[in-house]
Amino acid sequence: MADAIRIDNLQKKFRLGFIPKTRQILKGITFSVREGEIFGYLGPNGAGKTTTIKCLLDLIHPDTGTIEIFGRSHLSPRSRQPLGFLPENPYFYDYLTATEFLAFTADLFGLDRVEKKERIARLLKLVGLEQAAGLPLRKFSRGMLQRAGLAQALVNDPKLVILDEPLGGMDPIGRKEIRDIIVRFKEEGKTVFFTSHILQDIEMICDRVAIIVGGRIVKEGVLRDLVSERVLFTEMTVSGLSPEAFRGLGESMSTRGDRVLLKVYDESKVDEVLALVHGQKGRLVSLSPRTETLEDIFIETVTRT
Amino acid sequence: MKIGAIAGITFKEAKRDRILYLLFFFAALGIGGARVLAILTVGDRVKIIKDVGLASISVFGVLMAILIGTGLVYKEIDKKTIFTLLSKPLHRAEFILGKFLGLVLTLFVMTLFMSLIFLAIVYAHTLKVEGTLLVAVGYIFLELVLVTAVAILFSSFSTPILSSLFALAFYLIGHLSWGLELILKKMTPGAGRTLVRALYTVLPDLENFNFRTEVVHGLPIPPGIYLSSFLYGVCYTAFILGLAVLIFRRRDFI
Repeated sequence: MADAIRIDNLQKKFRLGFIPKTRQILKGITFSVREGEIFGYLGPNGAGKTTTIKCLLDLIHPDTGTIEIFGRSHLSPRSRQPLGFLPENPYFYDYLTATEFLAFTADLFGLDRVEKKERIARLLKLVGLEQAAGLPLRKFSRGMLQRAGLAQALVNDPKLVILDEPLGGMDPIGRKEIRDIIVRFKEEGKTVFFTSHILQDIEMICDRVAIIVGGRIVKEGVLRDLVSERVLFTEMTVSGLSPEAFRGLGESMSTRGDRVLLKVYDESKVDEVLALVHGQKGRLVSLSPRTETLEDIFIETVTRT
Repeated sequence: MKIGAIAGITFKEAKRDRILYLLFFFAALGIGGARVLAILTVGDRVKIIKDVGLASISVFGVLMAILIGTGLVYKEIDKKTIFTLLSKPLHRAEFILGKFLGLVLTLFVMTLFMSLIFLAIVYAHTLKVEGTLLVAVGYIFLELVLVTAVAILFSSFSTPILSSLFALAFYLIGHLSWGLELILKKMTPGAGRTLVRALYTVLPDLENFNFRTEVVHGLPIPPGIYLSSFLYGVCYTAFILGLAVLIFRRRDFI
């Protein structure tokens, strides 16, 4: 499969402050995003995620390194023709209505009048802003602005969608809707490159991820290769027995009424707990094996680095 | 098309600016107030009305160009709307040009309205439409176009307050630099003369757009001067815009 994005040895330093102090933000970033995949770009605050995206969009000039978008240098404005971008905390012209704003962005792609009208109607429906189409953007909530931002990123029917923290400021229903939209992009053959702090969302929808810490990629790969199916521990909720009864079997985390929450690290001890509960006429309320998650890997990687 | 879209949005934004209407109000007051001044002054009343009216159009037009122009690019960067714009297949030069044309359109509309008030007041006194006044207004507008380019140049790398000061300094220097030409005529050849000549070449001479005295007093204007002034304005504006694009292209938007 061809690469939608190819970044090679990207380095960038800034001189910031009244007495300029040099700070290297990107220290040789190299990775690629394949066509048709959903790629998650993770990292703690200040790791260099947004700087990478800004370099990609030619908003920031890198000191060294090359960037290609569908095989074309990112320096050419034409490389941005098949691309849609939603910035983090999007700010738009707040006196425009959603329709006017989308019409303006459509003009920047040179869409004709008929296509523009049809595309705007479809996008407003897709992001659920049909009812607010005539409202000025200053009256939009943060979540609505995020949706308007997503609509403008799609106005050119892009092959590659770059989303910087698209789920920030969304309520749980809104987050699910945006997640569904991103998954639909993949079904339509689009490539999605996005950053997020919400690791569950990344885990749910991404094909591949890269973790950036301190301006370096410290982990990259297919999600299912990174996250093993090894059971870390089993969480069990039991009623009718005192916490002391489980000494040596597992760690008693909390007690509420006659319920005890246990963390059993050794898989072979799970059967022993079950036998004990059964023998003492207790009751098993819940049992859930906890496998390794992206969050575990992320925290481990960031802490180690 | 893309430049047109940027120009359109700039025009929309500029016409929402309250400073524009405040300055227009004072300009109208200045043009209308010329009647009062004419009554109080000894001499040809119509000439005073024309002189003060044209000066009002020029001064308030320049203030509009500077106060709105210096904030245009800065606001896009400060409010981060620039991220959305430049992530589209848009050259940075197209962005600067679109911003420039949008403000030029705004100034054109404002100059048109100021001129209409001015012509109406002159008509009330002379009972005739004086087309020659439009020549002076046309060159005032050309000067506004150049000042707009200067405002956008400073706005592409500086804050609105500093940009306003720089642009105002450009305007003042532009109206005083003709003195260098007088000095040049009196200087003997040498290093000093070469230096003054270089300075005169680099500094703007905005008096090239000042036809007010000739038009108001009905003085003859040498043939060819219209064209040379027009070409001077166009070339200087293109040079300033080119400089703005060069600076803007090198910028990082953090």
